[in-house]
Amino acid sequence: MKGLPYKIAGLLLILFSLTYGLWSEVPELPIIEQSIRNLFYHVSMWFAMVVMMAVSFGNAIGFLSSENMARDRRSISLAETGMFFSVMGLLTGMLWAKFTWGAWWTNDPKLNGTAITMLIYMAYFVLRNTIDDPRKRARISAVYNIFAFVMMIVFIGILPRMTDSLHPGNGGNPGFNSYDLDNRLRLVFYPAVLGWVLVGTWIASLRYRIRNLEE
Amino acid sequence: MKKQIALFSVLSPLAAAAQNESVMYGNEKMNVVIGVITIIFIGLGAYLFSLDRKIKKLEDEK
Repeated sequence: MKGLPYKIAGLLLILFSLTYGLWSEVPELPIIEQSIRNLFYHVSMWFAMVVMMAVSFGNAIGFLSSENMARDRRSISLAETGMFFSVMGLLTGMLWAKFTWGAWWTNDPKLNGTAITMLIYMAYFVLRNTIDDPRKRARISAVYNIFAFVMMIVFIGILPRMTDSLHPGNGGNPGFNSYDLDNRLRLVFYPAVLGWVLVGTWIASLRYRIRNLEE
Repeated sequence: MKKQIALFSVLSPLAAAAQNESVMYGNEKMNVVIGVITIIFIGLGAYLFSLDRKIKKLEDEK
């Protein structure tokens, strides 16, 4: 099987986060308490989503410069996988928010920014279905993908940092600092992110190969 | 058969841990939950592998 090492590595890294993430010692925080362990699961969904969308964006640019249809198929497959991670991230985030902030949905800039981002990507999937000519579809959706990715960076990476947010690392603070993350958390969090990125790549590659077969 | 052996070799450390009751009763039985999560996740991984193999077969036919 092609890419067997990365596939197994991805599964093992996630398995490590699922098991050791529950055994490990975590910092004692008020209100959040044991639910800080959601960092390993909820936050890694978003990291995986951003990586999927970034590679999708890279392939969209690659398509525009090479007119290679395989690039278009990679781009859409990665965006679909990224969308899956964002849905998982949103649902897990809502549950976590309910028992930390007291509501399923708050007017936090990161939440609203994410909702807008997801709508932008949904429009991308709809847009693709409205164009019958494959070359035209690939070209228009590549241009739209570039727009969608830039909007995502603005809505979830920049705007939440410029206003007050319930999310840590926002409201003028850098994303990661010693107050939010200690080394015990990092030890599980980073492997979890890498694991989900690898498994996400795998799932996207399956979708890509199915698309190739459909051609 | 190869598949069963592979699955068994993955699950055998878990089975060995389950035999050792002090491990499974420890940690306020949290280890039982971790065992359940492990089994589900290994199943999900095996499912991904089988999908991958099915697609490979279609690619070879083409």
